[in-house]
Amino acid sequence: MKKLTRSLVCAAALGLSVAGPVNAAGISDGVVKIGVLTDMSGVYSAIGGKGSVVAAEMAVHDFGGTVLGKPIKIIAADHQEKADVGSAVAREWIDRDHVDMITDILNSAVGIAVQKLASEKHTITMNTGAGSTALTNKDCTKYGIHYLYDTYALPVGTATAMVKGGGKSWYFITADYAFGHSLQDNTAKVVKSLGGEVKGEVQAPLGTTDFSSYLIQAQSSGAQVIALANAGADTINAIKQANEFGIVAQGQKMAGMLVFLTDVKSLGLNIAKGLQFTTSYYWDRNDASRKFGDAFYAKFGKMPTMDQAGVYSAVLNYLRAVKAAGTDNADAVRAELGKMKIDFFGDTGHIRADGLNVHDMYLVKVKSPKESNPKHGHGWDLLQVEQTIPGDKAYMTLAQGSCPLAK
Amino acid sequence: MGLPLNAVLAQAMLGLNQGAFYALLSLGLAVIFGLLNIINFAHGAFYMLGAFVALIGLTQFGGWIGEPELQINFWAALVLAPLIVGLLGVLIERTMLQRLYKFDHLYGLLLTFGVALVLQGYFTNYYNVNGTPYPGIPASLKGIVNLGFMYFPKYRLFAIAASLVVCFLTWYVIERTKIGAYLRAGTENPNLVQAFGINVPLMITLTYGFGVALAALAGVLAAPIYSVGPLMGANVIITVFAVVVIGGMGSIMGSIVTGLALGMIEGITKVVYPPAANTVIFFVMVIVLLVRPAGLFGREQ
Repeated sequence: MKKLTRSLVCAAALGLSVAGPVNAAGISDGVVKIGVLTDMSGVYSAIGGKGSVVAAEMAVHDFGGTVLGKPIKIIAADHQEKADVGSAVAREWIDRDHVDMITDILNSAVGIAVQKLASEKHTITMNTGAGSTALTNKDCTKYGIHYLYDTYALPVGTATAMVKGGGKSWYFITADYAFGHSLQDNTAKVVKSLGGEVKGEVQAPLGTTDFSSYLIQAQSSGAQVIALANAGADTINAIKQANEFGIVAQGQKMAGMLVFLTDVKSLGLNIAKGLQFTTSYYWDRNDASRKFGDAFYAKFGKMPTMDQAGVYSAVLNYLRAVKAAGTDNADAVRAELGKMKIDFFGDTGHIRADGLNVHDMYLVKVKSPKESNPKHGHGWDLLQVEQTIPGDKAYMTLAQGSCPLAK
Repeated sequence: MGLPLNAVLAQAMLGLNQGAFYALLSLGLAVIFGLLNIINFAHGAFYMLGAFVALIGLTQFGGWIGEPELQINFWAALVLAPLIVGLLGVLIERTMLQRLYKFDHLYGLLLTFGVALVLQGYFTNYYNVNGTPYPGIPASLKGIVNLGFMYFPKYRLFAIAASLVVCFLTWYVIERTKIGAYLRAGTENPNLVQAFGINVPLMITLTYGFGVALAALAGVLAAPIYSVGPLMGANVIITVFAVVVIGGMGSIMGSIVTGLALGMIEGITKVVYPPAANTVIFFVMVIVLLVRPAGLFGREQ
């Protein structure tokens, strides 16, 4: 009897230890669910929004519609730029809907909150929308991937090019929250390391509509470069009003630290011409990007922003990793993502232990109305790719970073 | 503070620019509240609509009717947009608001808030939320002028002047003419005024339409300065409400003077302590409400 009990216990223990991996193999609950958590109606909805959902669906379609014989489902929600709303949605998605991966997550505050929550629940996040370097440093997590760009990589290209082009003295107009501050700090570091100086800064509240006051302050500082450490509507208004006050005409240069294609489209080439910025995707860069750009345009009526392209690429690579791992188990897929080459429209990136996807970035310049061919790309012939910034130059090294997981 | 005089003057000038918009917008709100007792939450949406009518007229309308060459220019929009949006206001008053006069303020507020959400949602669906620039500044208003202490865009000077003229005309009509007297009397005692043979309901409808038209006019004037976007009204309306509260709900002159003054205060704050620029008006509101609960120019009821 005693023997029997013992062997039963052994068998049970064995069974348990076997049951783990057995359950893990294959696709849990018969479907791979990917959640696109984005801004559907607020200031960043032109950057991600419905376009991101379209991009995710295109990725599923291009992948073949199924993975390991199981269907793939895209669901989407609006986080309204609020960390609490984003967290609530993510919690519901993971607990109730068994979502396997969450992507986009524009806005750094939402990005950090959702990445933390998802990792606690063993769910992969592939953040394409948020910029803060905190995502892969002090707030890095085991399952959190920062896919597309960060506030370290953005100024490397732009600020370097501008300082080398003679813009030695800088003045910052900064969005007064975490993202703006981190962008300004990182840019200032690059400027100083190249022998430039920072003449001053002004913290403008997020959502400022009239930047003229700040622009006049920047103008009277005499700085050669007025740098905008902000994004979206803030950047657009600032550049437009700088033009209105004749600031560029009087010899100062404007530098947008985070500019999206839709911002350029919104400003128009007359106002935006000559503006340099750093991006990870432009539709007209190579055959792969053009192919996706055209297909996206056919579905959505606009060319994709780098965020939307990032969502497409993130979903595609996630599905490849699921296929290679033979399961949607988060540990196995995360391990696979860390091993595989991350194909990004013809470029190759790799995902480090801290979750950062290291890939090439591009310094671009807005074309003048003369240089732009209105017949090319349905009126979206807006940018000129000036220079490639190799991934290892663009991003912080692991040694510079502060992610405890990578130490 | 040791700020150079030129810098202070420059910021005051920009503050005046902002203040002129606050004045024009809060004036419309004050007219509607003072004469109809409606808290018009849709005011920001009508402001946005005014800007969109100008933008659509310039860039899209011709295409819609099959005449791509046709452009409704800025001057025409300055007249047409307030008319069109004002008519929409009349329609809303006739079909919806009119039914709510006998209820509490809250119902009117909720209805107009709903209208604002619908309009915003509609435009968000079809236009870039980040805004589209209005490319139609008339040639005569392009360029910058040297004011001695700063370079200032000609167009902004025009916008300031136009807002001030409209504000004071409105004040004059309501406070100093016979029509204004009828209006004021009609809100005090509608039955009595009606007994004198004056069509009070029509007068109220037209007043609402006029208040809405003022918002649309502000929208057209703002279009070339800011980007035309679905959220432009939502961004400004809360501040404008604060202006009206500070000025005293319903006071016409109060809203004009407070609008201008608060624009200046905000302008100066942008130099002295920029992070507070968005909130300084609300600080002022808190202080004013503590000291004078009816607002600076309001009458206690």
